[in-house]
Amino acid sequence: MSKPILSIDDLKLTFKIYGNQVDVLHGISLHIAHGEKVALVGESGSGKSVTARIILGLLQELTAARISGSLQFEGVDLEKLSRRDRRALRGTRMSMIFQDPTSSLNPVYPINTQFYDVLRRGNAKISVKDARMRALSLLEDVSIPEPERVLDSYSFQMSGGMNQRVMIAMALANEPSLLIADEPGTALDVTVQAQTLHLMRDLVERRGTSVLFISHNLGVVREFADRVYVIYRGRIVEQAPTRELFHNPGHAYTKALMAAVPRITGGGIPDLPADNKHFEDPMVDRFREDVQ
Amino acid sequence: MRRVMWILLSNPLSVIGLLLVGTVIFSAVFADFIAPFPSHRGAVVDFSNFNQPPHWPNIFGTDLVGRDLFSRILFAYRISLMLGVVVLAIAVPIGVTVGLAAGYLGGWVEFALMRLTDVFLSIPPLVLAMSVMGLLEPTLTNGMLAVTTMWWPWYARLVYNITRSESQEGYVLAAEIIGASRLHIMFREILPNCVPSIVTKMTLDLGFVILIASSLSFLGLGVQAPTPDLGSMVAEGGNYLPDSWWLTVFPSLAILIAVFGFNLLGDALRQILGGDT
Amino acid sequence: MSRSEIMNAPVLEARNVSKTFVTGSHEVKALDTLNLSASKGECLAIVGESGSGKTTFANMLLGIYPPTTGEFFLDGMLLPARRNLVLRRTIQLVQQNPLSSLNPRRTVGASLRLALDVHSIGDRPGRSLRVGALLEEVGLPAEYAQRYPSALSGGQRQRIAIARALACEPEILVLDEPTSALDVLVQARVLRLLDELRHRRNLTYVFISHDLAVVRNIADCVAVFERGKLVEQARTQNLFSNPAHAYTRSLISAIPIVTDEEDELRRTMMEPRHAH
Repeated sequence: MSKPILSIDDLKLTFKIYGNQVDVLHGISLHIAHGEKVALVGESGSGKSVTARIILGLLQELTAARISGSLQFEGVDLEKLSRRDRRALRGTRMSMIFQDPTSSLNPVYPINTQFYDVLRRGNAKISVKDARMRALSLLEDVSIPEPERVLDSYSFQMSGGMNQRVMIAMALANEPSLLIADEPGTALDVTVQAQTLHLMRDLVERRGTSVLFISHNLGVVREFADRVYVIYRGRIVEQAPTRELFHNPGHAYTKALMAAVPRITGGGIPDLPADNKHFEDPMVDRFREDVQ
Repeated sequence: MRRVMWILLSNPLSVIGLLLVGTVIFSAVFADFIAPFPSHRGAVVDFSNFNQPPHWPNIFGTDLVGRDLFSRILFAYRISLMLGVVVLAIAVPIGVTVGLAAGYLGGWVEFALMRLTDVFLSIPPLVLAMSVMGLLEPTLTNGMLAVTTMWWPWYARLVYNITRSESQEGYVLAAEIIGASRLHIMFREILPNCVPSIVTKMTLDLGFVILIASSLSFLGLGVQAPTPDLGSMVAEGGNYLPDSWWLTVFPSLAILIAVFGFNLLGDALRQILGGDT
Repeated sequence: MSRSEIMNAPVLEARNVSKTFVTGSHEVKALDTLNLSASKGECLAIVGESGSGKTTFANMLLGIYPPTTGEFFLDGMLLPARRNLVLRRTIQLVQQNPLSSLNPRRTVGASLRLALDVHSIGDRPGRSLRVGALLEEVGLPAEYAQRYPSALSGGQRQRIAIARALACEPEILVLDEPTSALDVLVQARVLRLLDELRHRRNLTYVFISHDLAVVRNIADCVAVFERGKLVEQARTQNLFSNPAHAYTRSLISAIPIVTDEEDELRRTMMEPRHAH
């Protein structure tokens, strides 16, 4: 196998707030191979979203944040890049999809204009006409029925599901090698969320895009990811291929998470043990393939 | 509370604000003890030592009838602060009640109260105050009355806007479902959430009330002689510029310090308490 | 009346209830005419997505606004549009977002005491004790009465919202997505608490949710709403073993699931069997 697209080694994050130090990440290591869909799953406050923001370089600009550890993207050390080069990566080589599609789109401009801005980041010389053609084909890729009409619409004129598809199309517009999806579609209805998720999975599989999928929802992760990292209070507690993780969770925390999900086959509401001292147990690593 | 102090002290501007406001309040409260010539606040005449530039012991010089300017400024602070506190003590409760009622009850109550507020807001403050003072006798009480009538609408509008958005919060719905009275919801549930913004605005306004009150007395419509007042001191001294510069410069500086101090402190509070004014 | 008849008499009934919102010359039918009932001590789930009319139904039941047509009956008695304190007390609400449903500037104790004061429950000195007892009933220490909501986790806040609803000693509890803002571990604990409380206090639940997996494990019967229409109503068991309506099936198939058994259930459910 080739070098990983993204590899994070011993990433630590500390916030300084009003003279207090808060440790958010206690040394996280993860890697994503070419075309691999990797999930980072955890509860709120576990540090999964800040990890995404660090990869995107959004947290480094905060003075209160202290970050250490190494971040390698396509073989380049991200921390050694200048701020400008780093910003140039966003939306081109690595792109992102956030939780609420409707607020991620600017309501003041039509979709067409926003597409043009996105495409121009990848190719500064692209003409308005070419950009429109490209946007049309991208919208067709995400199964939008009337792409012409959508291009001339504003985000507030469309449903949440439609906006989500537009977001996916935009995120993939510049053929990124890594897509970071932070709780995509959580704000949407379940049926719409399921549809867009399938669509996104098919699309990234076809293009061979690597994905870091951040979610609190185990079921969604099971549908989407090849491999899963479970994060608990700023530590990775387990990593395993998806099937293996769901069939045979190894870490106490993962087991508790799995047990807590209500089943449509019934069985009542799970009775979770009150003590969680084993949640801090050392990591269970069940990644067998050799990535080097 | 500790967090508030920590932030206040970590920002140099807010420390300056705190120091200035502290100085002003301290001078006003302890004027009797600090002032070298406490009796000069009243109708005292000392023609042997009139219109003197700063010298010891009259460090700010003396006025046209020989009174110590420094002592008079300290007592003028006392009057200005009292004026500010009294104006706010009357204007804020009225404005807050109007804003809460309009924002929470809605319907015709909202319409009537907010249009009334708009009418008051559309009249230039100084003009309104001047007409009230013109109709009535130019005394300290009427001065306060005048300033108060133009001050409450600002609080009405501030509290109205907050109340409108707080009314959408779940805790208001929860209180309604439980069956709590409207008065309870307005004053016990919503009002506490308006307090940070109100406190911030009051701090900023203390400076402005002092400024407006000084402007009124500058025009001869405020505090009357022999009570010391910063505005009338500036007005009086203006006739003797530039020769007797101290007559204007020191009272003006005194106004500047008070207004600037309250503004700095108010801005700092706005950042800490997160209120919107 | 025999004992079983008393057990099965509906405590709550919606007869021919509908709601049309009028804004200017615009009319929006939020809820089509529907009939629903819940027996004493049962959990009736109302399932649907945004725009299904499930929130409209809850708001009418709570008396926030009246239905356009039809009535609600409580123990066979008509619920009037304007409700007195006694009727308000009978039907209480737990909201979705525990962040906004507690007043950030009032202590937990003050929030709980409000219900006791409004309805004059217990004597004045006894109310503080009652606040403590309520907190313990939802699994929190009595000392939490002194705390502000900002010092509590999401799950703890939701427990307090539940305690506040219980303080009114209601018969019916409307639960509006009570766990959808919570983490999955917390959700399980809060759901368990709700289940226990229902049995202990013989409460009737109207459980509003979009999550059929949660509904499967807590509800006795389910009403599925789609775009303002009641499309299916069944005992929970039957709904999952044999969903009749296409929309119900699409809802079930959209739920993210975690086990192979669930996959299997979905497969058999999707197989075309007898036509309806």
